[in-house]
Amino acid sequence: MLEALQFPFLQRALLAGLMVGGLASYLGVFVVQRRLSFLGDGLAHAAFAGVALGLFFHTEPLWVALPFAVAVALAITWVRERSNLGDDTAIGIFFAVSVALGVLFMSLRQGFAPDAVAYLFGSILAVTKADLLAVGAVALLVVLAAPLWKHWAYATFDRELALADRRPVSLHDYLLAGLVALMVVTAVKVVGIVLIAAFIVIPAAAARLLSRTFAAMTLLSVSFGVLSVIPGLMVAYQLDVPAGSAIVLVQAAVFALALWLRR
Amino acid sequence: MNALEFDRYSIRFGDFQVLREISLGVEEGSFVAILGPNGAGKSTLLKSVLGLTQGLPQEGRVQISGSVRVLGKDPGEVPPDWMGYVPQVKGFDRSFPALALEVVVSGLRRSWPLRIRPEERRRAEAMLEQVGALHLAGRRLGRLSGGELQRVYLARALIREPRLLLLDEPATGVDAVGEADLYRHLEAYQSAHSQGAARVTVLMITHDWEAAQHHASQVLLLNRRVVGYGRPEAVLCHECLAEAFGHVGHAHSLVMGR
Repeated sequence: MLEALQFPFLQRALLAGLMVGGLASYLGVFVVQRRLSFLGDGLAHAAFAGVALGLFFHTEPLWVALPFAVAVALAITWVRERSNLGDDTAIGIFFAVSVALGVLFMSLRQGFAPDAVAYLFGSILAVTKADLLAVGAVALLVVLAAPLWKHWAYATFDRELALADRRPVSLHDYLLAGLVALMVVTAVKVVGIVLIAAFIVIPAAAARLLSRTFAAMTLLSVSFGVLSVIPGLMVAYQLDVPAGSAIVLVQAAVFALALWLRR
Repeated sequence: MNALEFDRYSIRFGDFQVLREISLGVEEGSFVAILGPNGAGKSTLLKSVLGLTQGLPQEGRVQISGSVRVLGKDPGEVPPDWMGYVPQVKGFDRSFPALALEVVVSGLRRSWPLRIRPEERRRAEAMLEQVGALHLAGRRLGRLSGGELQRVYLARALIREPRLLLLDEPATGVDAVGEADLYRHLEAYQSAHSQGAARVTVLMITHDWEAAQHHASQVLLLNRRVVGYGRPEAVLCHECLAEAFGHVGHAHSLVMGR
């Protein structure tokens, strides 16, 4: 594996994997604790619709998927805020509409779309410099938003107390949803639409099993998210299997271990 | 000065009138028990004081008319440190990984602590000790009983030394000893922080008529409108209770059958 790292495509794969693993597991802490686990799936499918639209117009799919997924994330947040439909229902509606639109755009495009498959299952070994830059830009935004951790955590603990303390809870919700959407879209090329939700949910869920405090849960989740990437990529390289699947299976093993340790 | 001033305050969610033409003044330093049947608008009244009426889950539009003044200001303008809020413990997410100490510190910071500074730890522990809960400081929130949780939330509300304390059914799920302790702590805080003109006002929703009678200086009987407001012995009368609750049941005989 070490000698393999001299290949630039593997360097890019490792860097992209580590960044996506870290970002997804950090934002995943809030997503999981707010019981929005379905959000990752919903936004990934919004990204699918965006990618399909981009392919239809023969433009770079990510540039269409980005605004599309962010708009869906904000719309989901808006519906959750304005109605007392459950979160799962609000997300479920947008999920279904996104898939419907994605399939529609795909069918409008003449002929078979092999590139669409790359988005469904990801192709970490085909990550380009531009893809890496996009993930890096999102990472920078999330780092800039790090001071919001204490506010997101407070509203996650008790939204009403945060509101009573005059925190701009609603604004923070939109920011969180927007960042999750950006992360999902830039990660789609790396891990694929089908598997990105696992990157968000599994490390955070494993961390919650083992943590006494929310700060510890955050730290542990990011550790799990980042560290699962290395053995996952190694397995993928050695056995020539898809990297996204290998990483998710490592995460699942970590989760199983956490479940066992907790007993 | 009045701590609270309601002037023809009404709130309606779509077709549902929750509060109708509430007009009353609560003098600073009062200990007000709010009593009323389920759906009487008690929590909505408390949330109006907290400035939370825009954040209520609801379908349709919220219509508000009239006004509320809290400590001389609009509810949204009141500095959050002036108010201490003890929510209903039953609404709390027990899966959130947190220590009791962190919850108390969150009351001081108005945000969630990543790391607790020594000074914050000292203050939070002192506050927990005051409510007889120092031994809970390092315990996980999800493992606390109703009574223990209620003490932690009380410490959280008191640590910022509020001028107005708002409690939503604080005795629910608390045993008799815990309940007696709660009133002792509330009264101790109220007298310790009331000097001269600055006096602490307590507003508490309760279903416990006896407690209202023994501990409150004022009782507000609410059933979407003000049925009665005044000293407990004046308000907890047969007619008022019948009017507020529609019937006078066993609870009433407990209070009146002395």
